[in-house]
Amino acid sequence: METLDDHDVVVIGGGNAGLCAALTARQAGASVLVLERAPRHVRGGNSRHTRNFRCAHRAPTDLLTEIYPEDEFLADLKRVTEDQGDAELSQLLITRSAGCPEWMRRFGVRFQSSLRGTLHLSRTNLFFLGGGKALMNSYYAAAERAGIDVVYDADVVGIDFVETLCRSVAVRVGGQTRRVRARAVVLAAGGFEANIEWLREAWGDAADNFVIRGTPYNTGTILRLMLDAGAEPVGDPRACHAIAVDARAPRFDGGIVTRLDSLPFGVVVNTHGERFYDEGEDAWPKRYAIWGKLIAAQPDQIAYSIVDAKTAGTFMPSMFPVIASDSIRELGAKLGLPTDRLEHTIVAFNHAVRPGSFDHTTLDDCRTEGLTPPKSHWAQTIDTPPFGGYPLRPGITFTYLGLKIDRTGRVVMKGGVPARNVYAAGEIMAGNILRRGYVAGIGMTIGTVFGRVAGEGAARHAAR
Amino acid sequence: MRPDSDVLSTEFARGERVMTVCNACRYCEQYCPVFPAMEERVAFGAADLTYLANLCHNCGECLYACQFAPPHEFGINLPQTLARIRLRSYEDLCWPPAVSAAFRRHGVASALGLVAALSALMYASTRAMNPDGLREPSGDFYAVMPHGVMVSLFGGVGVFVLVALGMGLRGFWRQVHAGVTRPSAAEAVRALRDGLTLRHLHATGVDCASAEDTRRPWRRWFHHCTLYGFLLCFASTSVAAVYHIVFGWRAPYDYTSLPVLLGAIGGLGLLIGPAGLLVVRRLRDAELRDSDQNGLDEGFIVLLWLTSLTGLMLLALRDQMIMGALLIVHLGAVLALFLTLPYGKFVHGIYRTAALVKYATEMRPKS
Repeated sequence: METLDDHDVVVIGGGNAGLCAALTARQAGASVLVLERAPRHVRGGNSRHTRNFRCAHRAPTDLLTEIYPEDEFLADLKRVTEDQGDAELSQLLITRSAGCPEWMRRFGVRFQSSLRGTLHLSRTNLFFLGGGKALMNSYYAAAERAGIDVVYDADVVGIDFVETLCRSVAVRVGGQTRRVRARAVVLAAGGFEANIEWLREAWGDAADNFVIRGTPYNTGTILRLMLDAGAEPVGDPRACHAIAVDARAPRFDGGIVTRLDSLPFGVVVNTHGERFYDEGEDAWPKRYAIWGKLIAAQPDQIAYSIVDAKTAGTFMPSMFPVIASDSIRELGAKLGLPTDRLEHTIVAFNHAVRPGSFDHTTLDDCRTEGLTPPKSHWAQTIDTPPFGGYPLRPGITFTYLGLKIDRTGRVVMKGGVPARNVYAAGEIMAGNILRRGYVAGIGMTIGTVFGRVAGEGAARHAAR
Repeated sequence: MRPDSDVLSTEFARGERVMTVCNACRYCEQYCPVFPAMEERVAFGAADLTYLANLCHNCGECLYACQFAPPHEFGINLPQTLARIRLRSYEDLCWPPAVSAAFRRHGVASALGLVAALSALMYASTRAMNPDGLREPSGDFYAVMPHGVMVSLFGGVGVFVLVALGMGLRGFWRQVHAGVTRPSAAEAVRALRDGLTLRHLHATGVDCASAEDTRRPWRRWFHHCTLYGFLLCFASTSVAAVYHIVFGWRAPYDYTSLPVLLGAIGGLGLLIGPAGLLVVRRLRDAELRDSDQNGLDEGFIVLLWLTSLTGLMLLALRDQMIMGALLIVHLGAVLALFLTLPYGKFVHGIYRTAALVKYATEMRPKS
């Protein structure tokens, strides 16, 4: 396979960050090889499941309304990460986010107009027309036009260092292991959320009941190879972003359509038919991501969202049918819950609901009194048949553990010395910015900005 | 009664499942009207699916953008799913219903066969009733087939075609627009404009997909050639009818006359357009199509193409010996085209336009 000959820059991983790095390095004159572990039809890693890009801007554009100043972006980021991210890299991210849309358009990337959209983020976030897979299709087409070599089904199994210089990578393609020499290497291979064994190290047997929302190819092989080679880790090895997904979701790659938005509108019970957390604690987008961990901590890692007919049309429709029944007892039986216990939970909840005016768009005054745990907002009695139930599992979006980088995108080895020619971009280094929390569209901003930073650095190094 | 009601329900069941996944995703919402119309709904019954399917222009963008497209286990292929439902809706709305099986029997061979059979029939009756008409190259069409015969034959068929199409349209409108307010004039105009410009084949500023990385304007332009060619030919015939009935001017008309100019330009469009569509269609990614409809599409294309080809040949050779035979073949092609209008691909234009009107009404700003 001649495409596996030596290249100036080898990019490991064919998602958003990898392609941004590859296109940047190619534009700077380097010969570029992208090694994508997935087959062609599921190329693009978790970027295929994404949808938008958070972007600072000083004036309204044809795509973004009003303005989104850098300091406001930084404040939003600090709020969710509780200021645990690297300040210098965070600032770099935000400063360089502004120039990205124009750069992306040069490669044929198309965006939605800001006029309408499901999520009301038209001031802060750019939406890819058709979503992340359409974005990746544009990048791959641009890569082909630019003469970037792409090899699919390419599993990198070794990264060879001589001190802090990487000479080559070992890649398995078609059952054979080949050594590809490169002047510079970009690591853009994502996290380890699809590696159940690795998840078990942090979560124990509970990991067996996790749903992986994205690609099955993010098993963290590159992350592990680098940590074993002495790279400095960043971020909590246990931490992951996890939401509530429908328990009927496939084990991998169910993407956006398996998430459930019904939780704040009813009650959530565990397998014993008991409530375990305040379903109305705070605005839903903000609390969306706590439910993965909450359900992971319940027996058998399963929970059930219970709603009644009053809530119809208040949340995004699910791809899975609601399990419905005219009585709570019968619903409990259908869901496999202890019927007496469930009925008792619902009766106790209904009894505790105080009158208020329901408004799901604000933190309304519908709440419970004298109930543990309470429901602080949107508490409405569950009394109007048909009653509905959705089974829930923790659905992992991404992991936080990553590789520490310097401001030129180079991977930092233990002792603080950067590897001379190894760069990292995307989820594999997102922990530098994001050690906890999440703000919509930040993952793609990190991938794009640090993909470009890594591509620039790798091309510069290759040209020396 | 439909003989294939099991197939029908299977198609709608699949459509319902696919739309339920799409409605939980909504990433495609700015590609075309199908998605905003979908978002207005939480359930997808036969009427909803009929409407959405006929709103779809099969641009293909949503297949390539889809995270859940085959071989993903969800296997979402919306363009193909809606194409299948479209065909079912054509059958479902067919008048008289007994003829609905015709939609699945089209093809290049059946189109050629029908033209040949109708031509042979007309040739035989002409020989029997008007033997002199085929002998002398007079340049006079009505010497071959008397004007009265031509008018009664094509007028009669034309009236039947209008009634059949009208019944189909009525059925569609009743089904998809039940109980909703009537469209305003502005909404109807907008819908018609969107239909006539094929706006939704390039509404995002980029032309529709023929493969994952290929966006080309050809399909749209060839469709324009076909549609406007057809309309110009229709206009040519209408002007000629006015000439004949109002002014008593008899065909054949001069090469610089209005009917000939309209017919010649329209005929050229109708020669280039269908030929182009046939090529573009075959080069397009097969995943975007319902392969059961190859015959439906290509049969219609061939009839349009034969009509214009024989018409243009007739114009060029009308003073030659061959004129009589050519006229018969041309009339055979026109008759075959007319007879199959309500039972072939032509109906897509009727239902698509009606769906666009419904869409314009549905997207009316809510007070």
